[in-house]
Amino acid sequence: MTQLALVIDLDVCVGCHACVTSCKQWNTSGAAGPLSDHDPYGPDTAGVFFNRVQTFEVGQFPNTQVVHFPKSCLHCEEPPCVPVCPTGASYKRKEDGIVLVDADKCIGCKYCAWACPYGAREFDEDRGIMTKCTLCVDRIYDEATPPERRKPACVNACPTHARLFGDVHDPESEVSQAIRSRGGYALMPELGTRPANHYLPRRAMVAAGLQDGAAGGPAVAQPRPQPPAHADMQPAMADTGECAAATALLRESESLLSRLFGRMAAGMGRRRGAAASPALPTKAQAGSICGGASGGCGCHAGVATPALGAAPLGGR
Amino acid sequence: MRPAWSVLFLTTWIGCAQGLAVALTAVALGAYGGLAAAHGVPQRALLIVLLLGAGGLVASFLHLGRPERAWRAAAMWRTSWLSREVIALPAFLGMAALCWAALRWGGTLSQLLACVLLALAAAVLWVCTAMIYAGVRFIREWATPWTLVNFVLMGLASGFILAALLFAWQGLPVRALVASALALTLAAALARTALFLRNARLQPAGSLATAIGVRSGAIQQISRGFTAGSFNLHEFTHGASAMRVAAVQVGFAVLGFVLPLALLGTAAGAAQPTAWLLAAWLLHMAGLVLERWWFFAQVNHPQNRYYAAAH
Repeated sequence: MTQLALVIDLDVCVGCHACVTSCKQWNTSGAAGPLSDHDPYGPDTAGVFFNRVQTFEVGQFPNTQVVHFPKSCLHCEEPPCVPVCPTGASYKRKEDGIVLVDADKCIGCKYCAWACPYGAREFDEDRGIMTKCTLCVDRIYDEATPPERRKPACVNACPTHARLFGDVHDPESEVSQAIRSRGGYALMPELGTRPANHYLPRRAMVAAGLQDGAAGGPAVAQPRPQPPAHADMQPAMADTGECAAATALLRESESLLSRLFGRMAAGMGRRRGAAASPALPTKAQAGSICGGASGGCGCHAGVATPALGAAPLGGR
Repeated sequence: MRPAWSVLFLTTWIGCAQGLAVALTAVALGAYGGLAAAHGVPQRALLIVLLLGAGGLVASFLHLGRPERAWRAAAMWRTSWLSREVIALPAFLGMAALCWAALRWGGTLSQLLACVLLALAAAVLWVCTAMIYAGVRFIREWATPWTLVNFVLMGLASGFILAALLFAWQGLPVRALVASALALTLAAALARTALFLRNARLQPAGSLATAIGVRSGAIQQISRGFTAGSFNLHEFTHGASAMRVAAVQVGFAVLGFVLPLALLGTAAGAAQPTAWLLAAWLLHMAGLVLERWWFFAQVNHPQNRYYAAAH
């Protein structure tokens, strides 16, 4: 069974809000719209958005990371918002798992928004109905749109390719591979909602012990010499710290090179970085950088290259 | 959470109507002197049940974005407690109307049957109304059986005080009814205290760390991502100062429970209890509206973690 979802790479999200504005533009003009702006030029402006980018600071100075965090409906596999709806306006599509609101059935009681722990739904005061992310359902199946553009507006707009879109139930899909190789995680999994959307952790934070890395394993290392500022942070592992920091730096430069010059340059970067390892096929090669240098430090982030920027920008 | 006035009036008015219906059923079953000695008070009381219920029904429409589509809300009774309430409330009112007809034209057996069915309909409605709140598992302040206990006991207390008032108005002996009302109000006060103590040290469901998926305990939102207002900021905050919230809490304890208990105690020994009972009922109802306001305002919704920054 198909479950369409977004996978958001926090490693490359720069918090530019292009996904926010493109979402608003597409959906206010499309089947889900208009997304009204209440009192747009007055003192009490309030607008409806399906997608927001928030910013968090994690850790304590000087060991801090700034995380730009895009948030929209997570299209949960056990959506708590659906069974509470008294009219059946909120529903989860069987064919692709998208959670939608039928604008013609919604009575605007807001009960679904109470039931959602993620604050993913926004009530449209002017239309009197509940609204939410549709994964651009009016676009992704639109045959008038070129096949490579049949993706949610936010995915097409993201300038850093931080947003992936696909079927998380298909183990071979780009999104499933990215989740596997990067240790993609769901939000508040302890609540049992089983969000379909996933987030890919930041490599620097995995290295610093602030996020779980690939396959949900323990954090790898603390690259900085300072002890962690907060008791919750993982203890430093100084012996592998340099490996993690170097790996993160290497991947960043690879990513940049591939953006600038295409795959070939990225491949060259890898060969330079992993001079000691023998010539291997791309995926295994990327993985071997980490494994070879540190004796299995546990981060397999390199495997995600197809999802991360080795793909040319034109492909989006 | 932001309390919606329409929901406050809906839940307190229909709660009182249900409590009054249960009191009438007790009368029909022979308590408080039985139907024969009640001189038509139960019939008039049923009209008040209908009036309170209809008032609640009208209020319930006022918080909808699309009230003209309210009929659709009966559709999902298999999964939604709200949908079940939408069916149970008119069913309760319909049963009250049937009961009124039975008291007017029916025989003893049909009167008894109608009253028992009315009490059952009231019980079903209590379960539906309370489960709307108790069933939202991520709102931990509500997700407890104490929510149901509180809805039932507060409804019974307000209904029995009103029943005692109506009996006193007619000049009937009310000592036993007032004693019942006193016991129920005391029980409601204790149950409310129990719910308050349970919720005093509650943490919202989930955690900030898992909400964004990091391991540190030191997380601070720098930006919520917009400067304008939004539904998420409005719906899940009450906007009142901490002082006002505390004042409401003291207010519902005093108006809803302490003063009515004192007034009921006075009425139990008074030769002319009507005025005391009228004051007790009005104060109690005002207190219950405040209690319901606080019931919403106390909730710290888990989604608020994503909207902690000022802009």
